[in-house]
Amino acid sequence: MTIAWEAFTPVAALAGGALIGLAAALFVMLNGRIAGISGILAGLLRPVAGDVAWRAAFVGGLLLAPVVYGLFFGLPLVRIDAGFPLLVAAGLLVGIGTRYGAGCTSGHGVCGLSRLSPRSLVATLAFMAAGFATVFVLRHFIGG
Amino acid sequence: MYTLASFLAGLIFGIGLIVSGMANPAKVQAFLDLAGAWDPSLALVMAGAIAVGAGAFALMRGRMHSLLGAPMKLPTARDIDRRLVMGSLVFGVGWGLAGICPGPGLVLVGSGSLQGMVFLLAMLAGSAAFEWLEARRARTAQ
Repeated sequence: MTIAWEAFTPVAALAGGALIGLAAALFVMLNGRIAGISGILAGLLRPVAGDVAWRAAFVGGLLLAPVVYGLFFGLPLVRIDAGFPLLVAAGLLVGIGTRYGAGCTSGHGVCGLSRLSPRSLVATLAFMAAGFATVFVLRHFIGG
Repeated sequence: MYTLASFLAGLIFGIGLIVSGMANPAKVQAFLDLAGAWDPSLALVMAGAIAVGAGAFALMRGRMHSLLGAPMKLPTARDIDRRLVMGSLVFGVGWGLAGICPGPGLVLVGSGSLQGMVFLLAMLAGSAAFEWLEARRARTAQ
């Protein structure tokens, strides 16, 4: 293992992480819910009366975040290496997996670990392990 | 009021994703690439988020209502089963393939990325297909 020190951004990572934690904290303290993004989105696929507005508002906040951030600071450049077939495959797997496993990086990773849920710890270890293995195969087995 | 709180939480969450680098798929994949030039930044995103979040969850533990008076709706499932592990593994493979998970997917769409839109549509199709299969299985089991 070699650490890419030139790419390491500890201050931005901690500050952005703290903002994510603040959002999850506000959500549980004010609305009494878990800020689990895959679950919030999935609830909009089969809308139940009275259960739509808060979901749509949360999703709207996420969609508008780059617009608001861009107004003040200009959006940082991002890079997406995956081509369209890979993006479709990735999206399908994320869509199925997060429903089957009842959570993603936000619900299990941030909120679940924050509330010391053993279930979320297992889920987080599983998706991290699968993520590490997938990138290894992609970059050093197929791509290498 | 709940809707406004929800919007603000989503907005702050999204800004956190942008600031932290989580909304940059190449950076996510650099974190997942242990055997390459590893960028450990995202471990600190998780650490920062949990450091702030843990206090709030501890504060709310055992409460019946939120500070705005909404009933607490925290998950009650405790079983660590096949579904949890298999589902999370499938999610992890998808996450590794493109470096995008649901939150950053929405942020990419909001920034006008065509790739983000393709990912998000496929993701919604995957979730919808899963929910449909679940509903059908529940019907046939009756």
